[in-house]
Amino acid sequence: MQKFIEGSRAVAEFVGMCRPDVISAYPITPQTHIVEELAQIVADGELKSQFINVESEFAAASVVLGASATGARTYTATSSQGLLLMAEVLYNIAGMRLPIVLTCANRAVSAPISIWNDHQDSISVRDSGWIQLYAEDNQDAADMHIQAYKIAEDNDILLPVMVCMDGFILTHSFEPVDVPSPDEVDAFLPKFNPEIYLTAKNPLSLGLMAPPDSYMETRFALFKTLEESKEKIVKTAREFKKTFGRSSGELVEHYKIDGADTVLVCMGSIAGTVKVVVDELRQGGKKVGLLKIRCHRPFPEEEIKKALSKAKNIAIVEKAVSMGLGGVLATEIKAVLPDTNARAGVSNFIIGLGGRDITKKDIVNIVDKTVSGPVENEFVNINLSLLDE
Amino acid sequence: MVTAANLLAFAAFADGKFAQAFPTFGSERMGAPVASFVRIDKEKIRLRSQIYEPDIVIVQDSTLFGAIDPLNGLKKGGLIIVNTKKEPEELGIDRKFSVRTIPATSIAMEIFKRPIPNTVILGAFAGITGEISMGAVKEAIQKRFEARIAKLNIEAAERAYKMVKG
Repeated sequence: MQKFIEGSRAVAEFVGMCRPDVISAYPITPQTHIVEELAQIVADGELKSQFINVESEFAAASVVLGASATGARTYTATSSQGLLLMAEVLYNIAGMRLPIVLTCANRAVSAPISIWNDHQDSISVRDSGWIQLYAEDNQDAADMHIQAYKIAEDNDILLPVMVCMDGFILTHSFEPVDVPSPDEVDAFLPKFNPEIYLTAKNPLSLGLMAPPDSYMETRFALFKTLEESKEKIVKTAREFKKTFGRSSGELVEHYKIDGADTVLVCMGSIAGTVKVVVDELRQGGKKVGLLKIRCHRPFPEEEIKKALSKAKNIAIVEKAVSMGLGGVLATEIKAVLPDTNARAGVSNFIIGLGGRDITKKDIVNIVDKTVSGPVENEFVNINLSLLDE
Repeated sequence: MVTAANLLAFAAFADGKFAQAFPTFGSERMGAPVASFVRIDKEKIRLRSQIYEPDIVIVQDSTLFGAIDPLNGLKKGGLIIVNTKKEPEELGIDRKFSVRTIPATSIAMEIFKRPIPNTVILGAFAGITGEISMGAVKEAIQKRFEARIAKLNIEAAERAYKMVKG
């Protein structure tokens, strides 16, 4: 059923239909509406779930860690400093192989304080062992949660999944969302049925000390499983498409890449604006395309190499920086591209930090600069005069 | 303000169009200038940027003209709808724009006893532009408010609709 709702409301409704047994969260802008709506859904008796209020994001992550270890389906959501405060627990969750689903309403990190959007928060925990998916629009963000549980809870995978959706740009926007029925979600998403979980009858130790003779093996296993999860992510996206009739891509999404001389690469909601620009430039005879990274971890190395193999110019456009190095996605993509002329044509841009608006003109300028480029670590629309004093 | 934008976009959706509404993501506080944006299209809306060249600008508080320029970027021949008791000519707005006024706060005070002009302006917008139908406006209001409040808001929207239709 088509509904015209806020992005946060859509995520709350979809998560509700996934029937988490335990929800725990601490409010932080711009994640707030998601957990408020979920709390309301629980309070109204529409979802039988324990909603556990806590005093911090550290506690929220710890609560879902404990609950998940008992075999409960769990959910939490956060943003920015909240995600950073969770960081220690996030690593534990991945190391303990707990299939928790978390929404990151992407927001810049302090200092200076910014409540607005970029990807620095989720990018900062990209190495924690979580699967990270980035949503383009509200339908995509909502749909990803149903897929996230299915991926996470596969007994061959057992990894946590972070669904990243741009704060405000998606969380606070109203647009049409096709909402499935609870029965449809139930049919797609089986009950969580873990083989190993904590009970009083069968006490276990999870996440205990691993001495040098076994720690490395557990880290290797986590690394290998993330690699293997690619297949599950693709399979789940295909099943979802078959069941619900829509898709936002698999590990990546190709948009008019065939015959494109210049390919832009990005992730998250900026892909919408880039698609509009690609259409307009194509109408003007320019051969431009988009490669959208839907899954950032595990990193879709082969898919990226294949998609970019024929491009003369590549523009990597992203909302996060590795301080002291440059664009994060750019660094990763440059590392996997073959060392040929193609790589010489790679430009990269940092855009929209702290919620700076991203316009069609910005994207057109990026294409022009890339064609005459290459350009390295260009901060788009930066006002250097602000730094003069 | 945010409510008006969401109701407007919902009404367009109820009319079978694609719509998108989003606020300027500020740290909202009562009294500060805020903007909300609405896009309406026959096709799916992918663009995420703020709106810099609107076709229509709604000014909910005419004292804003002293603080900011709400018409910045408005397309030539664009429409501006202002919440004011004044006549369009009294506002001194460039003649390249089409100007309409509606005393939305006065109507709201009569109906709600409170200065909440959102649904009055929505009715005026429907009447002036025809971009959304009154049926869709009613549906948007009924979806947003409980029955008793919805009834008053529909009354407010209809009063404005009839007023602008003259």
